[in-house]
Amino acid sequence: MRPCGTFDERYGQDMAIFRIKRHWGLLIGALVLLYIFPLFGSYYFISLINHLSITIIIVLGLQLVSGYCGQISFGQAAFMAIGAYTSAILTGKAGLSFFIALPISGIVAGLIGLGGGAPSLRIKGFYLAMATIAIHFVVMWLIPHLEITGKTQGLHPPAPQIGSFVFDSDERIYYIIITVMLLMAYGARNMVRTRIGRAFVAIRDNDLAAEVMGIELYRYKLLAFFISCFYAGIAGSLWAHWIQVVHPEQFTLLHALNYIGMLIIGGGGSIPGVFFGVIFLRLLEEGVMFAAPLLAAVFPWIGIHPAASMSVSVFGIVLIIFLIFEPRGLAHRWEIFKSSYRLYPFSH
Amino acid sequence: MLAVIGPNGAGKTSILNCINGFYQPQNGEMIFEDRSIYRLRPHQIARLGIGRTFQNIELFAGLSVLDNLMAARHIHLKRGALAGAFYFGPARREEIRHREVVEDMIDLLEMEPYRKKVVGLLPYGVRKRVELGRALALEPKLLLLDEPMAGMNLEEKEDMARFIIDIHELKNIPIILVEHDMEVVMDIAERLVVLDFGKKIAEGEPEEIRQNPLVIRAYLGDEESVTDQ
Repeated sequence: MRPCGTFDERYGQDMAIFRIKRHWGLLIGALVLLYIFPLFGSYYFISLINHLSITIIIVLGLQLVSGYCGQISFGQAAFMAIGAYTSAILTGKAGLSFFIALPISGIVAGLIGLGGGAPSLRIKGFYLAMATIAIHFVVMWLIPHLEITGKTQGLHPPAPQIGSFVFDSDERIYYIIITVMLLMAYGARNMVRTRIGRAFVAIRDNDLAAEVMGIELYRYKLLAFFISCFYAGIAGSLWAHWIQVVHPEQFTLLHALNYIGMLIIGGGGSIPGVFFGVIFLRLLEEGVMFAAPLLAAVFPWIGIHPAASMSVSVFGIVLIIFLIFEPRGLAHRWEIFKSSYRLYPFSH
Repeated sequence: MLAVIGPNGAGKTSILNCINGFYQPQNGEMIFEDRSIYRLRPHQIARLGIGRTFQNIELFAGLSVLDNLMAARHIHLKRGALAGAFYFGPARREEIRHREVVEDMIDLLEMEPYRKKVVGLLPYGVRKRVELGRALALEPKLLLLDEPMAGMNLEEKEDMARFIIDIHELKNIPIILVEHDMEVVMDIAERLVVLDFGKKIAEGEPEEIRQNPLVIRAYLGDEESVTDQ
């Protein structure tokens, strides 16, 4: 987003994301607004932002492994479950603080991801997608069968706590969730513009050439998979302590599909695209939730649970529309907008 | 500068594929800088300093010209995922330092206008040049060029020949060149190897090769067998 007539004099300037004072102003303004939001925002919007932020973290991880590195993964919901359960066990049973359990759950999810990814990442494309679905089902089968995960009863992790201050309401945990989300987004954005990110895209675009340039394919695919599982694990831990219930039914294959849908709608290979995709699909779902009962009143033949069935079919239709008309996602629109803003007020 | 020539299917590209580890030769020995590179993986061979270009352009289509070249400096950058994620400090300094090196190569190959363009959208001739730039960004000790002039018009060929000579002379990098265009090869190569059906049939300076009867026969066919029929 640069207005016409701004130029760079040093490479450091050219490589910066926020390049002019107005950008910094906007950034600081937005951050301040985000942090004072609970003072005047309604409960509905605060919990919506909590949910959005957690989803954004998961899809950021998916963006790195699928959007950048080109290795499709349906395992994101399962790794979120691993993060959620790890955190619940560490805080509830071992009595650790949430702030220690949070990074550990990310790392545990990442390490289990490495275990699953080590054999899977030797294969490509369609077969890898199948292998990650298998990982999902193995994890989701194990959880209700193990003693430590509370079987089908689930677990009830405690709210995070600093000293005597307990983050037990949506408004309070909001600060933890958005801070972690912003840090994770900052990390992802930087990762993709440095050495690791370029290696990922090189593997996605041309694995033969990437190898000739000295990039060890298998190692970097594993790294991408580890990072995406780490992101899912962090999101799972936040989720567990926000909802304060973890249960196998919170992490279904439909969730994993939803995350891939968000990635496609937002646009692969773009960090802002993650935000666009997640917010777009979530708001669509909220809209369906709102519209479905009204529609059901007018057309009684829709069914008893109109919202549930409608949100799935609307998701499918929107995904198809995007694949046909905007396969590069909302991020592509954003790029077009940015480059025309750069030229404004000239037409080209 | 060594040129490898030969009729179609003679095994020219196969030689390059063996050198950078795509193919594993069944027997024989490959020595690079007093070290056997036999059975090394392609990324290990890249790390030893062998860069190459491909006959059919194999660029990272989704990256800009700049990032294609930066991606090729992978082996020279050291910072890992964590440092990259925080960016400020070491990772940023490293990025800027290598950006300067890459800018020099963009200068050398006259690609300034395309710097930030996504390579998938660039014209063919420029993409060939980007690929040369990418191989160069690796700072190779040996450069393998697989038909750098295939499918180019005369003007583009002259430009490409000039760049190849520049690289060879300014940077002092030995080059192995596979090329079909005889005029170009005779002009810029210092030594030639001629292959036919996977066997070396001649080696020497351009003038000797031009007069070598075996070479003439490989290219034009056997005189007697034609007259017999």
